[in-house]
Amino acid sequence: MSTAAAPALDDHDHDHHAGPSPGLIRWLVTTNHKDIGTLYLLFSLTMFFVGGAMALVIRAELFQPGLQIVNPHFFNQMTTLHALVMIFGAVMPAFVGLANWLLPMMIGAPDMALPRMNNWSFWIMPFAFTLLLSTLFQAGGGPAGGWTLYPPLALQTGNAFPFVILAIHMMGISSIMGAINVIATILNLRAPGMTLMKMPLFVWTWLITAFLLIAVMPVLAGSVTMLLTDKYFGTSFFNAGGGGDPVMFQHIFWFFGHPEVYIMILPAFGVVSQIIPTFARKPLFGYASMVYATSSIAFLSFIVWGHHMFTVGMPLAGELFYMYATMLIAVPTGVKVFNWVSTMWRGAMTFETPMLFAIAFVILFTIGGFSGLMLAIAPADFQYQDTYFVVAHFHYVLVPGAVFSIMAAVYYWLPKWTGHMYNERLGKIHFWLSVVGVNVLFFPQHFLGLAGMPRRIPDYALQFTEFNMISTVGAFLFGFSQLLFLYNVVQTIRGGAKATDQVWEGAHGLEWTLPSPPPYHTFTTAPEVK
Amino acid sequence: MTTSRIAQAGAIATGGALLAWSAVAHADFALNMTPGATAISHEVYGLHMLIFWICVVIGVVVFGVMFWSIYHHRKSRGVVPAQFHESTLIEILWTVVPMLILIIMAVPATKTLIRMADARDAELTIKVTGYQWRWHYQYLNENLGFFSTLSTPQAQIHNDAAKGEHYLLEVDQRLVVPVGKKIRVLTTASDVIHSWWVPALALKKDAIPGFINESWTLIDKPGIYRGQCAELCGKDHGFMPIVVEAVPEAEFQQWVATMKASKLNTLTASGGKTL
Amino acid sequence: MEIQETTPISISVANRRLVKRLLLITVAMFGFGFAMVPIYDVLCAITGLNGKTGGRVAAVESSAVDEARTITVEFIASLNVGAPWEFTPQVNRMQVHPGQYYQTHYLARNLTGHALVGQAIPSVAPGLAAQHFQKIECFCFTRQIFQPEEGREMPVVFRIDPNLPPDVHTVTLSYTFFRVDDAGG
Repeated sequence: MSTAAAPALDDHDHDHHAGPSPGLIRWLVTTNHKDIGTLYLLFSLTMFFVGGAMALVIRAELFQPGLQIVNPHFFNQMTTLHALVMIFGAVMPAFVGLANWLLPMMIGAPDMALPRMNNWSFWIMPFAFTLLLSTLFQAGGGPAGGWTLYPPLALQTGNAFPFVILAIHMMGISSIMGAINVIATILNLRAPGMTLMKMPLFVWTWLITAFLLIAVMPVLAGSVTMLLTDKYFGTSFFNAGGGGDPVMFQHIFWFFGHPEVYIMILPAFGVVSQIIPTFARKPLFGYASMVYATSSIAFLSFIVWGHHMFTVGMPLAGELFYMYATMLIAVPTGVKVFNWVSTMWRGAMTFETPMLFAIAFVILFTIGGFSGLMLAIAPADFQYQDTYFVVAHFHYVLVPGAVFSIMAAVYYWLPKWTGHMYNERLGKIHFWLSVVGVNVLFFPQHFLGLAGMPRRIPDYALQFTEFNMISTVGAFLFGFSQLLFLYNVVQTIRGGAKATDQVWEGAHGLEWTLPSPPPYHTFTTAPEVK
Repeated sequence: MTTSRIAQAGAIATGGALLAWSAVAHADFALNMTPGATAISHEVYGLHMLIFWICVVIGVVVFGVMFWSIYHHRKSRGVVPAQFHESTLIEILWTVVPMLILIIMAVPATKTLIRMADARDAELTIKVTGYQWRWHYQYLNENLGFFSTLSTPQAQIHNDAAKGEHYLLEVDQRLVVPVGKKIRVLTTASDVIHSWWVPALALKKDAIPGFINESWTLIDKPGIYRGQCAELCGKDHGFMPIVVEAVPEAEFQQWVATMKASKLNTLTASGGKTL
Repeated sequence: MEIQETTPISISVANRRLVKRLLLITVAMFGFGFAMVPIYDVLCAITGLNGKTGGRVAAVESSAVDEARTITVEFIASLNVGAPWEFTPQVNRMQVHPGQYYQTHYLARNLTGHALVGQAIPSVAPGLAAQHFQKIECFCFTRQIFQPEEGREMPVVFRIDPNLPPDVHTVTLSYTFFRVDDAGG
């Protein structure tokens, strides 16, 4: 074992020993993983509110039948942009932000492996989203064909179309650069003794996520490029009249789209697997099986995309294959849930805000998993497909799933990052309002879907009124509760009770051996891991 | 513009909460899928309920264990945390048992799926064509075809008139079909992808421009079954409902005769100009 | 782990090598997106996905006509948006024996006062039957040019392959007419 101090990073020794650049320029030129992590997280928080405002426009319109607030075309722009902003602007950058802050500190590395690329991959994002959101102010409006961009409908988009495609390309490039950086960091910069099977689970889930990203983001890029050439350069990839096939787009898109779902949930599994052992004061149950389960989920994610398309008229054999493969995902997912419950079992639990969010994650994500299993059953899926049942399903896995895990992560590591304890009482109030709001918001949507309400409609038949009203009330409760989160985070950054180095009594791992807040450069000398 | 709309929306939402709860007393809260009107839809309903109850039982067990643990294994009760962290036996067990449960689900699902795919020996073929934003129906056995368009008045949609009982689920021309006969449905579209969905028939099939998709139904009892387009197809996606009216054979023949003579009879293919 | 044995210089070498490999995967996956296009076409040909029929089939002797078996063939016609034709099958249905060649026509008429170019796209239901629907001659093989207000009969010569699965009794052939000149949608 060489001690080699692993500064590791080629050409930026200059940055490396210096502190941050002064003033605002610091954020523009920074190559420091903590700075970039902060940038990503703040960007994500901003986009969370932008996407949330769009969701509130949608829910407000759906508060009662009839057209009240927006016209159908604007409504469709809201559903389309809400999805794009939340997926690519809020959830994914939040996890990249967490990765930036935490991966080097968890594996004992001085920084990310490719710090300059790290700077670019963040700074592409604001430009991508400026492009995307600017389409709202163009004549003809923004994209309104759904975030899935199915042709031929997506090709009816007006001048916004090339902007959207370019924005998606930029987001894709940013994600790929981020993923390459994560893989290089994890594979090349681990401290002596930090073997793969000793890595914290958050590192593991991110390693697998990063591989998913470089495998599927280029496929998305390919598919939207084909859309672009179909619209402007006379190709006929998806135009039946020219010998193409619009259904082929769906195959290529969902080849990206299904792994994308796991890109948004695997790091959440990682976060929860860090938090539950801490507050149960007991090691994670079944560490190795967690790693294998995550890998199996990642593998299966490549062969189940057809379940998004059961109604397109696949051959029977195809439907059966995708049904069985999809049902199989329940097995590794179940293993994870059982492991979390076993970790709690006979622990000594306390329920600070991160633990509350983690427990809510386990329960509500599992509910989303159950509805996912129901959706896997192809004959039943014909009834669920494109209804509010699907909307309820994926919001359960994405909001009390992915988003709750991000909030849990922020409460959990914020004292480490800032050196201040957040306001626990306010955190708990935020948790309870969120958990009540999210269920009032999304649970009735299961009933709406089963009763026959299609998704992506601005107006609905009268029998759907009551549950839509309840859902909208939940949406505003959930939405406005997030202002408490914002307030709490801002107050914690500005000051507050001093956090200890370990912060949480049961916390283990390299990041908790560092001071709170950690100095600008950490682990410039690699720690020895036993 | 958007901000003021949001503010307005906020006001409506908070103010309307009271309204919502007062409406609750009169509402018929539809919680579940309906068993529907065909043998297939009953099977699908049965599958849906089977899997739902399996999920409920698993959920009760798993969350039960979790909440028991949360209550009993709290630090405030002075417990000392155990340090166990693996058990190969138990990991194998909770891999194998779910596999078995999945097989129990897969068997009936496979059977139903195979039946749904079998459109052979239909007595009647209807071609359904999706347009932005209405449906065209063509009876291949008869020289009969017509458009079916939303009949809810704009005034109701824009809140200038009271909404009728079948608000947004009513059309000018219903798709009339005979009961007790196997009907083959061929779906296609003329512009973008649509999806023809009638929940009571458990029939949802995408209508794809350039290609035809096959499905079938056999309706047992006369009645009116309402559905909607299920694939986002643009601005008025929410405004292209489907109404199927199942009638006895004799009544159906009479309706066919009347419709054929009517000026509504427009076969798609000869109506290029009107489309 | 071998990484810890290395000096900082070799870590940057390792980084560079790893980045190169990962970029290679990225580029390969971008290519894979496009490779899915031919892969999909092959799958369509095998499974009859979307009822896509094959192209022209060389005329072979009607060696094995299965007189015992009668298949109902239905013909339907659709127009895509912005295709100003009148377009109908000459007959709605035919009773055919597998192996035997048959001819039928579609009628098309340009409803405008200027020349149009159209392309008919075939699709067969059930998809299972698509590969067994063999066309010797079809107006769908080429683009069709129509003079102003021109109407004409367009032939299809086909046979049903005797290997058609025995449980298929009805086969539907659909053509959708697309306008493909520049002015078309």
